[in-house]
Amino acid sequence: MNKTGYYGQWGGAFNPEVLYETFRELRAAFAAAQADPAFWQEYVALMSNYSCRPTPLTRADNLADHFGGARIFIKREDLNHTGAHKANNVMGQGLLVKRMGKKRVIAETGAGQHGVATATMAARFGLKCTIYMGEDDVARQRPNVFWMEKLGATVVPVTSGSRTLKDAMNEAYRDWVASMDDTHYLIGTVCGPHPFPAMVAWFQSIIGIEARKQILEQFGKLPARVFACVGGGSNAMGIFQGFLANPEVELIGVEAGGHGLASGQHAARLAGTDASPGVAQGYKTMFLQDDDGQMRDTHSVAAGLDYVGVSPILADLWEKKRVRFSAATDAEVMGALELTMKMEGIIPALESTHAFVQAFKEAPTMGKDEALIINMSGRGDKDIFTIAHAFNDPSWKAFITKKGREYAAE
Amino acid sequence: MQLSDYIQTTKQAKGILLMTHLVLGYPSFAANREVIRQMVANGVELIEMQIPFSEPVADGPMIVKANQDSLANGTKVKECLEFAAEMTATHKIPFLFMTYYNILFKYGVERFFQKAVAIGIQGFIVPDLPPEEGQEFLALADQYKIAPILIYAPTSTEERMGELARHARGFIYCVARRGVTGKQTDFTSDFEPYLARCRKSTELPLAVGFGISNREDVRYLTGKADIAVIGTATIKLVEEKGPEAVGPFIAGLR
Repeated sequence: MNKTGYYGQWGGAFNPEVLYETFRELRAAFAAAQADPAFWQEYVALMSNYSCRPTPLTRADNLADHFGGARIFIKREDLNHTGAHKANNVMGQGLLVKRMGKKRVIAETGAGQHGVATATMAARFGLKCTIYMGEDDVARQRPNVFWMEKLGATVVPVTSGSRTLKDAMNEAYRDWVASMDDTHYLIGTVCGPHPFPAMVAWFQSIIGIEARKQILEQFGKLPARVFACVGGGSNAMGIFQGFLANPEVELIGVEAGGHGLASGQHAARLAGTDASPGVAQGYKTMFLQDDDGQMRDTHSVAAGLDYVGVSPILADLWEKKRVRFSAATDAEVMGALELTMKMEGIIPALESTHAFVQAFKEAPTMGKDEALIINMSGRGDKDIFTIAHAFNDPSWKAFITKKGREYAAE
Repeated sequence: MQLSDYIQTTKQAKGILLMTHLVLGYPSFAANREVIRQMVANGVELIEMQIPFSEPVADGPMIVKANQDSLANGTKVKECLEFAAEMTATHKIPFLFMTYYNILFKYGVERFFQKAVAIGIQGFIVPDLPPEEGQEFLALADQYKIAPILIYAPTSTEERMGELARHARGFIYCVARRGVTGKQTDFTSDFEPYLARCRKSTELPLAVGFGISNREDVRYLTGKADIAVIGTATIKLVEEKGPEAVGPFIAGLR
């Protein structure tokens, strides 16, 4: 027996037997797509016509001058259709679903971004769609639930476990073990059993391919450092792949520091010391778990980073010291968000802002002849409820209170 | 006596064996103790004890809740092992552990086998560990003489069943249908050809589980399978009527 789907000691495919054939078919379909140049061409054409690819690489001189060090460039994944890099993976897997002839997709979602992107793709491709979302996240992210339902998806609130992203993944899995004949589980990140990490990384590699070309055009040489936030790790893997072959480009993953690494309330798997190797959700990686192997509760202001595991590919790159990891706290994130809005007129998602925090810490220490790239994985204006709440904005609160009274009177 | 021999011998007398399942620490170890006592007193031949895990992906709502509540009660792996040792010392029937791989992995896979041998556990059911990922596990199972119970599903091809049978010991756990635990199984026309494929692929006894909940199900399986697995049904019974309802329920199954 050969062990496929491993990255160093991480990854694998720990699946219940009932899915064995499904995974065999999925591996074959993915391999065939990778071997067919027309598939990638179709994907790129779709993303340039239906989404907004290539997304710009924006030169952020105001921020760079403010920090007085490296030139700062921002890769604008927020300008994708549906507002985040999630669209890349979703449309790519959508094409694969069409090839496999399946009629229904299911997905997990945390903040709702992946759910909205999946519902959008399903509407476009005429597929049935069910989204699993933790009950707590449904309550926190009502606008995204509204859009998913309007796009024709069924949203199922998950009441088991911690009622967040990992529990939504478990529930999607439980659907899949019954429905695999006509259904594809469209996993949203570079985690889960093989071939999902490889597949999602492949679709997201479009970010790095573009960014590499753009920085060479705009700056004349490669960046010294590339920053990306890491929840599951798909936007980070996307942009890092453009620079992995160049050891002189330092790659930095930024995890959710929550209330601080010492508080225990965070989602830092690789930046801190709280995680340990484990096997769950179909793959082996560093998990935030207790001594018995039970998964812990995590915390982040950004729902999309609030996850117990991390991509096996990133765990390997971390172990090999190719990618360096740090963490940004909730408080640091709010500061960096405010600065970016005021100085550049750009509103990053709370998830993406984690990458900005670390880039801002390092920019002043870097040379003026050096460049850094921040991967802005998504836009923040769609998260107005979450961000306004995080800023504790008084005029927003007054508006919502007034709206509430209006609806209550109806 | 080897597990598979015990099953073959006992089956001659009983027609079909009953294997029951419970989640350790749910609703409490005291309730587990009473439930097991009643199960054994009413003729159950095998018991699988599930060590709770926070991510039980192969289980349905009832057993998910049992896992979750047990952990919320503070159940630790160490307590499960101590309780298991008490059960194997008290009752003569074979006991098995069912759990997810991370519990073994985190404990140390070899250390877990050594502990299980010391306790007198006869088999492991680990639903998220296919043989491709379980080389170390299978080698240790062989070394420590603990039966690795592998799983057949209705989606398993003959080729796959053959591969699984090469690694399996004790018996094969045949999942009666797609999906998770706890939903009623409808023994439709697809089931018998599936069970025939299972039978053809291995000499080992066959256990059938998922959705077996009453006398009719057990009667239907008699003569077709070697073991009927009662899982969610008794957990539900304990929840609704308490541990004392288990004895009469088990007694009424055959």
